[in-house]
Amino acid sequence: MDLLADLFSNFWVSLGGKLLLVAMMIPLVGMVIGFAEMKLSAKMQYRVGPYFAGGRWGWAQLIADGVKFFQKEDIIPDDADRPVFKFAPILVLIGTVALLVVIPFGPSLIFRDLDVGIFYALAISSLSTIGILMAGWSSANKYSLIGGLRAAGQLIAYELPLVLAVVGSVILAGTMSMQGIVEAQIEAGYPYVIFQVVGFVIFMIAALAELTRIPFDMPIAESELVMGYLTEYSGFRFLFFFLAEFANMFTMSAIAATLFLGGYWLPGIPEDVLEFAGPIILIAKVFLLVFVMIWFRWTFPRFREDQLQGLAWRWLVPLAFVNIAVTATLKVLL
Amino acid sequence: MTIDADTIHHLSEVQVSVELQTEDMTLNIGPQHPSTHGVLRLVARVDGERCFDVQPVIGYMHRGYEKLSEVRTYPQVTTIINRIDWVSGYANEVPFIVAAEKLMELEVPERAQFIRLILTEMARISSHLVFNASYPLELGAATPLFFALRERERVLDLLESVTGGRFHPNFNRIGGVKPAYGSGSTTRKQLQDLPAGFLGGTRNAMEKVLESVDQLEALVADNEIILARTRGVGVLPPEVAAAYGVSGPNLRASGVPFDLRKTQDYLPYDRFDFKVVTAENGDCWDRWWVRLQEIRESAKIIQQAIDSIPSGDLQAKVPKVIKVPKGETYVRAENPKGEMGYYLVSDGGQGPYRLKIRSASFSNLSILPWILEGILVPDIIAIMGSLDFVLGDVDR
Repeated sequence: MDLLADLFSNFWVSLGGKLLLVAMMIPLVGMVIGFAEMKLSAKMQYRVGPYFAGGRWGWAQLIADGVKFFQKEDIIPDDADRPVFKFAPILVLIGTVALLVVIPFGPSLIFRDLDVGIFYALAISSLSTIGILMAGWSSANKYSLIGGLRAAGQLIAYELPLVLAVVGSVILAGTMSMQGIVEAQIEAGYPYVIFQVVGFVIFMIAALAELTRIPFDMPIAESELVMGYLTEYSGFRFLFFFLAEFANMFTMSAIAATLFLGGYWLPGIPEDVLEFAGPIILIAKVFLLVFVMIWFRWTFPRFREDQLQGLAWRWLVPLAFVNIAVTATLKVLL
Repeated sequence: MTIDADTIHHLSEVQVSVELQTEDMTLNIGPQHPSTHGVLRLVARVDGERCFDVQPVIGYMHRGYEKLSEVRTYPQVTTIINRIDWVSGYANEVPFIVAAEKLMELEVPERAQFIRLILTEMARISSHLVFNASYPLELGAATPLFFALRERERVLDLLESVTGGRFHPNFNRIGGVKPAYGSGSTTRKQLQDLPAGFLGGTRNAMEKVLESVDQLEALVADNEIILARTRGVGVLPPEVAAAYGVSGPNLRASGVPFDLRKTQDYLPYDRFDFKVVTAENGDCWDRWWVRLQEIRESAKIIQQAIDSIPSGDLQAKVPKVIKVPKGETYVRAENPKGEMGYYLVSDGGQGPYRLKIRSASFSNLSILPWILEGILVPDIIAIMGSLDFVLGDVDR
């Protein structure tokens, strides 16, 4: 036992262990959410969804899909910018992995509690859009190019409301550390969503846009751009994007849950239980938000690019500013 | 406000030269593309998201049906022509058969005419349901597809129970409709009729269809994003529509109450009470709405027809070898996609001497360069989808 404790107190070993854990979370979370999406969309459309793989409810469908992707030929277009083309999916996935680092799963269950945790998370979350832009540019395909540029435009438009929506919670908590924000909510005794409904809604809308999911999936837009920036990708590179999308849904929802829904904490649960119950509570909240995203995905049509910009600049940004002003005023007054 | 094509072109050019000196990009949409309804190719000159010139390239699906029908006998031609607009195969057969009957001066039994009418309206419902399935999908909403296609299945099942075919019924014969059994010899005449339970089944199905139209309307109509994407997009003024020969729901959506069912006598539509659905603005939304309402009207026509279907023969007396007397005629019909016309020239032989097919989608598609000028790339898809053409109907 001592030996084990010694081993894990070693910096490099613990770093390696943490990295392995994070790296394993991505495919796991991706598969769970992917499966949920398949089954839920089937439910909404009077279908059965995956059925045969794995013998019962088709639970092994995503594993089978993953294996299939690895067997596929890795096709790179002749005119593609090869290094960029190859690196883009990796960059998208790196962004996702790096986001998981600052999410607190319990009072002491966090990979790294940074003082500027939320700042770091928002900065890193735009990394995947750069990956998308790279994918679109390097594919040597006009549809991919339009898709990549749309993603870039979307990023610029929605990064601002995303950041501004967060500010309200940061003001209330008085810290930018993710762990600190949760602790502040425990101390206050209520999740911040009660006073930050506007911030929460803006954050979720902007997160949907960042994730390029319907109603903001213009970078992919099957009916217009074939598959957008994914058009030329196949095999495991496509799988990387696919996993990153679902894992990003998880991390974005986790950030929203941490900032607005009290993170790993539920009112009425004693502190010492949180150590074990924390991850379960957080993941339950995350899946609630993920469910809402999937629900939107299968019930909404898609906006047009200019309408999306209008929504961001004419509604979300001013609304977020009002939210900040009101929150700051109340914080000073009360 | 009227802006002619030149002005739009000019405006877009001015904008481009003032803002940034960028090179145009030629974007090839199709022939293989998820939302070109087959093999349409659009060559679009775009500047970013703005596209200022679109040229449709057609012919990828040309099958030479006009020429093929010259070397076939009249009964054989129906197999070809119900593949023109395969989404409403049955409706294509009727006007051709009526044209041949007109030249032969045949009196078609009433029961056969009613059966033709019922099945034509079923084809219209199924075609419009396909549109209602695919159009939200083009705007990004995947779920209405399943609602609409599920309802279409009811209609197709009924069509199949009568004709044996879901898409290509090949059910019409010169002088009536296909005998249910055998070759139509006198000994088997009593067997030639609709399958048992068809009328009751149709009545039920029509109620279900009307219900599902309400559902679809509730699901799609009030959606803010759908409204934002379709209202005021792709406005087609009536003069322009008429000038390009646009017909069918696309023309009615622009406010022109042009419906050949009311004016032509190819089927006994005059005995039924139905509205010609028109809308005012002529935008994508109106085109969608008109089609949805037409499903209702068609269901009403079918309900009335079932209640008043006369008994009697299914076929007029026709010779074993059908020869159409020398002459020429033009029969036009209101197909789900618009006006379908057959110009039939006969030299007295067993097959047409010349058959000119006027298909609705071809003329409806000719509006594309005009309507797609100076719009955004996503609107190309929204407008193209709302015109509801089928490439088989364009290329023939």
